[in-house]
Parts: sequence; C-alpha cells; structure tokens
Amino acid sequence: MRIFSKSLLAAAALTLPLAATVQGAGHGDNPYASHIAARQGYMQILAFNIGVLGGMARGNIDYDAEAAQTAANNLAAMAGVDGRPTWPAGSDNAALGDATRALPAIWEDMGGFGEEWMAYGAAASGMADAAGNGLEALQAAIGPLGGACGSCHRNFRQSDD
Amino acid sequence: MRFLRFLVILAILGAAAGWYLTAPQSLAASDIPERDGDAEHGELVFWAAGCASCHAAEDAEGDARLIMSGGRAFPSDFGTFYAPNISMDPDHGIGGWSEAEFLSAVRNGVSPEGQHYYPAFPYTTYARAGITDLQDLWAFMQTLPADATPSRDHDVGFPFSIRRSLGGWKLLFASDDWVIEGDDLSPQVMRGRYLVESLGHCGECHTPRNALGGLDYANWLAGAPNPSGEGRIPNITPAALTWSASDIANYLRDGFTPEFDSAGGEMAEVILNMAHLPDADRAAIAAYLQALPASE
Repeated sequence: MRIFSKSLLAAAALTLPLAATVQGAGHGDNPYASHIAARQGYMQILAFNIGVLGGMARGNIDYDAEAAQTAANNLAAMAGVDGRPTWPAGSDNAALGDATRALPAIWEDMGGFGEEWMAYGAAASGMADAAGNGLEALQAAIGPLGGACGSCHRNFRQSDD
Repeated sequence: MRFLRFLVILAILGAAAGWYLTAPQSLAASDIPERDGDAEHGELVFWAAGCASCHAAEDAEGDARLIMSGGRAFPSDFGTFYAPNISMDPDHGIGGWSEAEFLSAVRNGVSPEGQHYYPAFPYTTYARAGITDLQDLWAFMQTLPADATPSRDHDVGFPFSIRRSLGGWKLLFASDDWVIEGDDLSPQVMRGRYLVESLGHCGECHTPRNALGGLDYANWLAGAPNPSGEGRIPNITPAALTWSASDIANYLRDGFTPEFDSAGGEMAEVILNMAHLPDADRAAIAAYLQALPASE
C-alpha cells in the first residue's frame, strides 16, 4: 500500500508539469513553436524576394524592372511589420535547442537588435528606390541589403555548423 | 668524471643551441626593397588581409572599421588574447614604428623590442605575402587615424606566458611554403592561392589545429571546431562546398548564399572586408577553392 501510493505520487509528479506544458503550448514541448514558425516564415518571405533581386544582380535571371520593383516593394513593406510579439523572452536557442537559431544575445541587447531592424528598413528603402531604375542601380543596392542581413546575423543568429 | 664533464658540456651546448634557435629573427635590411609604398594599393592589401576584423573595435561599422584601436578579445585553448592598438598613435599604437619594424612584425612575428608575438596574430600566413604588398600596406596604415586606447595585456597561462617558448613554436609550425604547391597552376588560381593562403589567412579558422595549436595541413580548409566553443567552421573544400564559382564570388561580395540566406557569425565580418576587393580577386578566390583537393 505504501509502495503503491509512493509510486502513484511519483507518477503524478512526473505527469503534471508535462500536462501543463502541453496544454499551454499545444505544440509538443516547445511553448514558442508558433512564434518561431512565424519568425521563420517572415524570413522566408524576405529570402524569396531577395532571391528575385539577387538572381537579377548576379545575372542568373534577366533583369525585369517591374518584377524587381515588386520584390523591392515587398521587402520595404515587410520592414514595416511590427514583429515584436513573435520575439517573447525565452524563445532562444539556449532554452529551446535546435528549434531556433535565435541567440540569447537578442534579449540581452534588445536595443541593439532593434537598431539592426531599423538598418534593414533603411537598406530595403534604398533597394525600393533603386530596383526599378536599371540593373546597375539594383546591383549597387544589393550589397547594402546583404550587409544589413549579415550585420544582424553576425551577432544575433547562431552560425551554421 | 670525464663522462660527467661531457654531460655538463652537452647540456650547456644544448641550452645554447635552443637559445639560439628560439631567438626572434627580424627581417634583414637587405630583404627590404628601397621604394615608396603605394597607399592606394595598400588599402586593397588592408582589406584582403582583414586587419579590421581584429584591430577595429568590437561592432565597429563603416568608417569606424578604419580606427585600429584594438581591444577585441580572442578566447583560445591557451588563454585569452586581446588585439592591440595598431593605430598611428605614437604612444599606444604603432605611429612611432619604422617601415622595417612593421615588416618584421607582420612577416616574422617579431616586435620592435625583439620579442615574439603570439600566433593569434597570423604572421605565419602573412609570411607568404609579398614584401612590396606589405610596404604598400604600411603606407596605407599611416593614413589612418590615431587612437589613444591603451592595448590590453594578454591573459595567457604558463608556459605560453614565456614568449621565448614561441621561438620553438615557430620552429615547429611556421613555414612560408605554399600549402597547395605547383608551378603549373593557372594565373587565376595562383592569385587565389595568394589571397587565401597568405593575406586572407582563411586557414586560420577553416583548418583544424593540433594539440599545440599548429595547423593540420593534411586537412587544409576542411573545417574545424569554432574556437569560440560553439559550432564548427565549415569545410570549404569541394568535398563540402559545392557552390558554383560565381556563387562563391558573389557570396564574398554581397554576403548571400545561393539560396539567398545571408552569412552570419565571423564570416559576415570577413565579407565586409572582401567586398572591398575587385571582382577579379573574388573570382580568383573561388577558382582556388574549386581547385583544392576534396577533403572530408
């Protein structure tokens, strides 16, 4: 009897927190899975549009002023999205492992992280001003755009391994 | 008794030979051509050699990457190294140096006071650089601003704290031979080899090291653990880097992978340097990387 109640207690102790987490998240054991999915989806929209512009800049696809302008406008519009709700404290790779490459440095330096977003906005506007004005103008604007992406990824995203 | 005297003499000779062999060797005056450095070309050498990546302040951007105030920390298995001030400040930087002192520092790893530098400063790869290129670099560095930030002492434990021991390290590991040998390489691959193996010092991160910190040339550019402790620096031989030459060259200019993800980590900073080079140099680096033996 004593053994039975003890193991029942232990089982309850093990199950309760698990049940609470699952209920809170609805996505397995990662409470921020939907936040991370939103962030990564946002980045994929950027990569898709940068792919159009970069493909033209590199000569992989023919320059098309209208398509270039559309892609650049999308990038500038994305810069206006307030993504703050998708970056809750604790949704970093130290807490969640491989689910995200977001480094804890984001939350240790939220001001610096915000400045990087502003710099992305400036580079995206620069591209929107340039993309429709010919291939050379587009090529001149792609470097600063890559610089803005890299500047943020340098400090705030886990490197590839 | 005679045998004992023999042993003592042998020990003294051994110590003398060791002392002689580990002595810091400055560049001989006869090795330095008499010419005025070309500062304009020196700027390209400056970016190719990545000086700003270590000697500019942490997080410096734009023109601030030309202020060589030092201070950045480099943790390693041997201790933490701090990049010194190499701005033109005469007291805290290198503004009081002669050209010969600068060349000995960069190529031989020897300070004007005749001490060995720690190889966190990649002089073992700069030793492969052309002297005229380094004269041009010196001419360019003299156009950069002075900054009065004092250099910070390295935090290195015994026995590495004895700088003379680095003479032994140099005997074991320093070599100015090319890693990829051959006189039949195309001029483009040779230019790429110069940029990768010498100025660009790519092997310092992309090649694994042995227990004493010497490069493992058998696994040249085949990837290595990140000295910061997290993750790995990627293999950039054709075994793993399967991008086209044009993709590699473009990545070094705008920082985008073929999938238009961006470079991150230290490499984002390397690209800030590489973006200053002419297209032909980035294409040469790509050609060299594609000519490497595939190494798993």
